[in-house]
Amino acid sequence: MALPEGWELVCGLEVHCELRTATKLFCSCANEFGSEPNTNVCPVCLGLPGSLPVLNEQAVELAMRIGAALDCDILRSTFHRKNYFYPDMPKDYQISQYDEPINVLGHLDLPDGSTVGVERAHIEEDTGKSQHVGGSGRISDATHSLVDYNRAGVPLVEIVSGPDIRSADQARAYVAELRSIVVATGASDGKMEEGSMRVDANVSVRRVGDPHLGTRCEVKNLNSLRSLVRAIDHEASRQIAVLKDGGAIVLETRHWDEGAGRTRAGRRKEEADDYRYFPEPDLVPLDPSPEWIASVRAALPPLPAARRQTLAETIGVDETLEAVITAVGRDLDRFVLDAVAAGADGKVALSRAVNDIPVDGQVAVGAFAATVSMEAAGALTATQAKKVLEELAAAGGEGDPAAIAAGLGFQALGEDSLARAVDEVIAARPKDWADYVGGNDKVAGMFVGQVMKSTKGQADGKAVTRILNERRAAG
Amino acid sequence: MSAAASGARTASEVAAAVATGQVSAAAVLEEHLARIDATEAEIHAFNHVMVDEARATAQAVDEAVASGSDPGRLAGVTVALKDNMCTRGTPTTCSSRILVGWRPPYDATVVTRLAAAGAVVIGKTNLDEFAMGSSTENSAFGPSRNPHDPSKVPGGSSGGSAAAVAAGYAAVALGSDTGGSIRQPAALCGVVGVKPTYGGVSRYGLIAFASSLDQIGPFALTVEDAALILEVIGGHDPADSTSIDQPAPDLRGGLGRGVDGVRVGLVRELMGPGIAPDVAQRVTEAAEALEKEGARIEEVSLPSFTYGLSAYYLIAPAECSSNMARYDGVRYGLRAEAPGITEMYKATRAEGFGPEVKRRIMLGTYALSAGYYDAYYGKALKVRTLILSDFERAYADVDVLMSPTSPTVAFDLGAKTADPMTMYLNDVCTIPSNLAGHPAISVPFGGGEGGLPVGVQLLGPALSEPLLFQVAAAVERAATAVFEGRPL
Repeated sequence: MALPEGWELVCGLEVHCELRTATKLFCSCANEFGSEPNTNVCPVCLGLPGSLPVLNEQAVELAMRIGAALDCDILRSTFHRKNYFYPDMPKDYQISQYDEPINVLGHLDLPDGSTVGVERAHIEEDTGKSQHVGGSGRISDATHSLVDYNRAGVPLVEIVSGPDIRSADQARAYVAELRSIVVATGASDGKMEEGSMRVDANVSVRRVGDPHLGTRCEVKNLNSLRSLVRAIDHEASRQIAVLKDGGAIVLETRHWDEGAGRTRAGRRKEEADDYRYFPEPDLVPLDPSPEWIASVRAALPPLPAARRQTLAETIGVDETLEAVITAVGRDLDRFVLDAVAAGADGKVALSRAVNDIPVDGQVAVGAFAATVSMEAAGALTATQAKKVLEELAAAGGEGDPAAIAAGLGFQALGEDSLARAVDEVIAARPKDWADYVGGNDKVAGMFVGQVMKSTKGQADGKAVTRILNERRAAG
Repeated sequence: MSAAASGARTASEVAAAVATGQVSAAAVLEEHLARIDATEAEIHAFNHVMVDEARATAQAVDEAVASGSDPGRLAGVTVALKDNMCTRGTPTTCSSRILVGWRPPYDATVVTRLAAAGAVVIGKTNLDEFAMGSSTENSAFGPSRNPHDPSKVPGGSSGGSAAAVAAGYAAVALGSDTGGSIRQPAALCGVVGVKPTYGGVSRYGLIAFASSLDQIGPFALTVEDAALILEVIGGHDPADSTSIDQPAPDLRGGLGRGVDGVRVGLVRELMGPGIAPDVAQRVTEAAEALEKEGARIEEVSLPSFTYGLSAYYLIAPAECSSNMARYDGVRYGLRAEAPGITEMYKATRAEGFGPEVKRRIMLGTYALSAGYYDAYYGKALKVRTLILSDFERAYADVDVLMSPTSPTVAFDLGAKTADPMTMYLNDVCTIPSNLAGHPAISVPFGGGEGGLPVGVQLLGPALSEPLLFQVAAAVERAATAVFEGRPL
């Protein structure tokens, strides 16, 4: 959605990623989604009196991978306590990093060529989960609350972008790219729907050309990319409307209401902002050795941007092509490249891999390459190729595409048979044919459809169109 | 045979007698329980005497001895634990209403180590609520009293542990020392008290007051017993990130070495105004006694000590304000019923915490607040650095420092409760070691006004425990020679 002429969005994102460690950040409880409530708990993550935190080395390793992938400086860091009361926070303070975070000053290059700065990516512990019962479901008017501490102490990395984002679509691209990166590095499973990746958006607007930043609102409760885009668009429009009316934006937290399609004011920031940070005395400074940092950087897998480039160059398309972005986003690029190596046409392989293999299905690369090659050679129509892939996937991925095609009665019609089928359809519909010859292209689709029907789908639509045009040109 | 009849008096003697079958752990325990029965109603050293658990442990020790297996270095030694150390399944209250009814599901590391060594935990001792105080009068369950004179305080905050050892309720005890809470009550009760190097003893399972200052240490009748306990409870613990990655040092091996050539510095700032003359007199005598044994005594100045108290009373409350936050009524302990979550928090904490804890939460919250942090907490951290550099300069010239442990001998109950500042001044001699993370020992050295015990404090740099214990043993021998026996 475009903003009204003369206005500009300024947006920064805070993305919380749960790290895919075996155990929690400061204890040996399992880091596991979906367990029975309050089963993955111990004195440490329940914050029982006398318990002490011990930092999880694997969490540090994964946090450094994120930092390395975002081209951050990885530094000696310290932990602080962020003090505030909330029932799902067992100690009533959160152990986080404050003025000395582990990763600083990185950036993320997006598929469209733009760059978003990353100010920091620091380690902190997650809270438990509250379920407020009664009233609106908010804590303020609930009759009672249930708390599950399984998530308390799960390691998080909070990635804070600069105020560099200028559109909701760019915000979406940033989060999607970040998600690919944390998944590619093995740092997180990046599942927004399970809350393992959570996004808060700092949104402000200003007149184009104004060098000053407007007052921002922090929009929370963005549980999907769709919510993110809608919420930013809505919030920007709301702020512009307020400003146009001569009003002022108030620094506050706002919650996105997906059902109502709007943001609602939460607590005002000035009341809640004093977290009384101070150095966490129960932990020592985290000072990874240069060797450790170097080994993390060296072991980084190819990142999405490089993978897009490799894929696009190999098959001769532009790396900003949606199918390229999707292929890498869904981890299909290696599969396509393997099919190409096995002789498949790159563009067809990309299209079939992205669009026609069921998302939860699998096809062996050899069978896939063979199917794509049959299509490229004209032995199968696109429709038939898709059907063969479906069958392959249903059969668990393995199989002989030629045999499957034969079993389905698929054989590409020879040029003669196809021409005969076209002529039969023309002969059967003289009035429509006259229309078409007279210049009404709209009926072309009807002719193609009729040929498909009479050949039971074995005709190649493109070939039918070609023959129709030849017949018309011939008068 | 009874322990007394066997001649075993100290923990070291009891452990040897029990291990060799001269006396049973059960008999040792019953003698302690009998003393508790006789005078505990007046002294109130304990919040909870663990009669059944202690008898079961003693029996297990005796069975181990009978079966010929190793009963451990502390076989049959009775230990009293300050009630801020977690004991699995046994109430742990910190002498606060807010923890009434809570039973920890786990043992503190020190408790696990004591049990593995065959010690018999006899009970949980009274303290100033959450270890905040210097007289044990801030307990929600009433004050403890000094066994030397029940009209006097035993000191604090580990007053119950000091009193338990002084009264013979347990051979040894553990306390925690954040600003002097082991050494000051040890001095006032006439027993040995040790604050180890920060990180020397695991804090896992010690309920925090001020985490960067808290340290567990022993109370004992003798320097040797204190060394033995520290050897058992000390050493690296992976469950405490601030634990020093070293095994517990040998402390008993050097106790007989004497002090020939050891350089001892008397701290000028802790020998003048504010220190009672009777106390200063005993410290001077102790220094003279060491000099006779070959030590070189000199006066040294550590000017930043003057600011130690102020810095401490910002840093400790700041950490306290955060550590006390979890007592919110949501998960354990006291919960006051109230209509909403915020009201419940307020009602629970208003009802559950005593006035001194509330005072420190407020001080600490203020010191950490935006706009005040630099002026208060930030400045206090700078003083902490200054104190460290003063210590460093001093230790370039001397091996250990010496001072009074407490400015006065034990005072009357109620004498200082009206004015918190007067009470805070009790900690002036002990606080610098906590701010620096250094070890210090209080050793009894005769009596002061009213015949009440005086403690001499020995301070050393980080990890200097072997030398400190060596000097402490010399002070102890001198005291025995000068006063013809121990004060108790």
